[in-house]
Amino acid sequence: MSNTAKHVVIVGAGHAGGSAAALLRQYGWQGPVTLIGGEPTVPYQRPPLSKAWLKGEHELADLLLRPATFYPDNRIELRVGCEVAAIDRATGCVALSSGERVAYDHLILATGCHARALPLPSSQLEGVVALRTLADADRLRPLLRANSRIIIIGAGYIGLEVAASARSLGAEVVVIEREARVLPRVASGPLSNFFQQRHLAGGVRIITGAAVEAFDDERQRVAAVHLSNGEAIPCDAVLVAVGAAPNELLASAAGLACDNGIRVDAAARTADPAIYAIGDCTHRPVSLYERTYRLESVPNALEQAKQAAADLCGRAPPAPEVPWFWSDQYDLRLQIAGLPFDVAETVVRGDPGSACFAIFHLAADGTVQSVEAVNAPAEFMAGRMMIARRKRVVASRVADMSCSIRELAG
Amino acid sequence: MLDPRTGRLISQGRNMPKVTYIEHNGTPHSVDVPVGTSVMRGAVDNNIPGIDADCGGECACATCHVYVDAAWLPKIGLPEQGSQEGAMLSFAAVAQPDSRLSCQITMREDLDGLVVRMPEGQH
Ligand SMILES: Cc1cc2nc3c(=O)[nH]c(=O)nc-3n(C[C@H](O)[C@H](O)[C@H](O)COP(=O)(O)OP(=O)(O)OC[C@H]3O[C@@H](n4cnc5c(N)ncnc54)[C@H](O)[C@@H]3O)c2cc1C
Ligand code: FES
Repeated sequence: MSNTAKHVVIVGAGHAGGSAAALLRQYGWQGPVTLIGGEPTVPYQRPPLSKAWLKGEHELADLLLRPATFYPDNRIELRVGCEVAAIDRATGCVALSSGERVAYDHLILATGCHARALPLPSSQLEGVVALRTLADADRLRPLLRANSRIIIIGAGYIGLEVAASARSLGAEVVVIEREARVLPRVASGPLSNFFQQRHLAGGVRIITGAAVEAFDDERQRVAAVHLSNGEAIPCDAVLVAVGAAPNELLASAAGLACDNGIRVDAAARTADPAIYAIGDCTHRPVSLYERTYRLESVPNALEQAKQAAADLCGRAPPAPEVPWFWSDQYDLRLQIAGLPFDVAETVVRGDPGSACFAIFHLAADGTVQSVEAVNAPAEFMAGRMMIARRKRVVASRVADMSCSIRELAG
Repeated sequence: MLDPRTGRLISQGRNMPKVTYIEHNGTPHSVDVPVGTSVMRGAVDNNIPGIDADCGGECACATCHVYVDAAWLPKIGLPEQGSQEGAMLSFAAVAQPDSRLSCQITMREDLDGLVVRMPEGQH
């Protein structure tokens, strides 16, 4: 039985941790809540960092998850700029890097991810940046000026979003991807192809199938990038966008099971009944696909924050959600519902040439597994509903535009 | 002028407009929502249950869905034909003719007293 008078300590004041603290209060938790974050800022949203924030279209207030006054007003002790160094499960304490110890009754780990670094000795040069935090974005922003030359290493969503933002700021952009196509692990072939064409049309140079071997510098400042194909490309700045890895050391050092993320169940519980884990740092069940997976998305962070807060407060668990994601590049709004597991057939609905289409991925029995929708919000919403209901469709009807999306979903 | 606590613009010399959010179970919450802020933000900043706002106001998630009180509908209006919001709402769970995405409603002085109701669920 839950006792809502106890002390909950949340490690990591990002999207997941900040939301969990707010939800605990919303669900009626009475006891103290302490939210400890390593960054100097109150919880904020990362998605705009590669989009509106980078282009200077947002104010800080737009970025914040909730206003700074929210935390004291809701009796949440927010400690920013404060790193947790260890968990002592035997005594129920976390140790801060300052040496201070904070006792918990319940602990929620929401430590997120860090940007992967390139395994190159000179990646510490000035002008070489990553993009995970607000501080990173504020380092990157002044490097994107009219005619400045930026090289983006890695053509995942963050790399391509920055490419689009940098073009709109007038910078010259080269994207380098080790695999044969852009978005290699996170989009289907046809969608990769579409985005590649759009970036080429936007004036981005894209080099696939090439690895970065070394950086040149001038007085400790990056000046060029050397590729495995022998080419050297001069530049003013480099963004390393080669993916993110979970911050799981704190958990694994405390003996909690980790395997590409902290292992949790459908209520975000670890094997220790006092400890939950939520957000990008977890490896979780995705019941719809009868699998476990590590998701990196805001909706996932919020879903697990709800799971943990509901479990602590003794509320019914939230209904399982269909994983989803969005990305904005140029005038394109991409929305993806579901995950492309066990796909037997891929059907394009609409004309990619019109920049308004959707790609449906079906299992062998016609079950809709995932939908990638470009400027097609109705297809995205209908797709999300069909995936949740494990709806089966006939491929030829999906492709037939005379069959309305409502008929298809019905 | 900026509010020193929130960093948001505050309207000078006028009363802050109020919005009443009514939960699906009937519980009302009346809060101040600054002019220029979205109705979604007003709910989130005040921790009002029933609005999830997964995408943070980008019109990408439809989890900030509300029903606009009949008396206010003429002032607020419906989403434009062919808009992103309209398309999202056409497949939102439990959508009605008075449905809006609250992140797409920006607070104005003449909306002081606005009443919105939350649907049974956002997912
Ligand atoms: C540039 C960018 C664009 C993105 N765009 C999108 C998008 O369009 N759509 C989408 O769905 N998702 C997007 N994401 C992903 C999304 O932001 C993440 O999934 C989300 O932030 C995960 O939340 P989290 O709380 O799990 O982790 P985080 O937000 O990373 O927060 C973790 C926090 O924990 C802190 N922390 C870690 N260890 C400790 C410790 N030992 N002590 C104290 N504090 C600690 C970290 O400093 C960090 O502040 C984007 C991410 C980035 C970086
Ligand atoms: S907050 Fe996502 S659509 Fe309104």
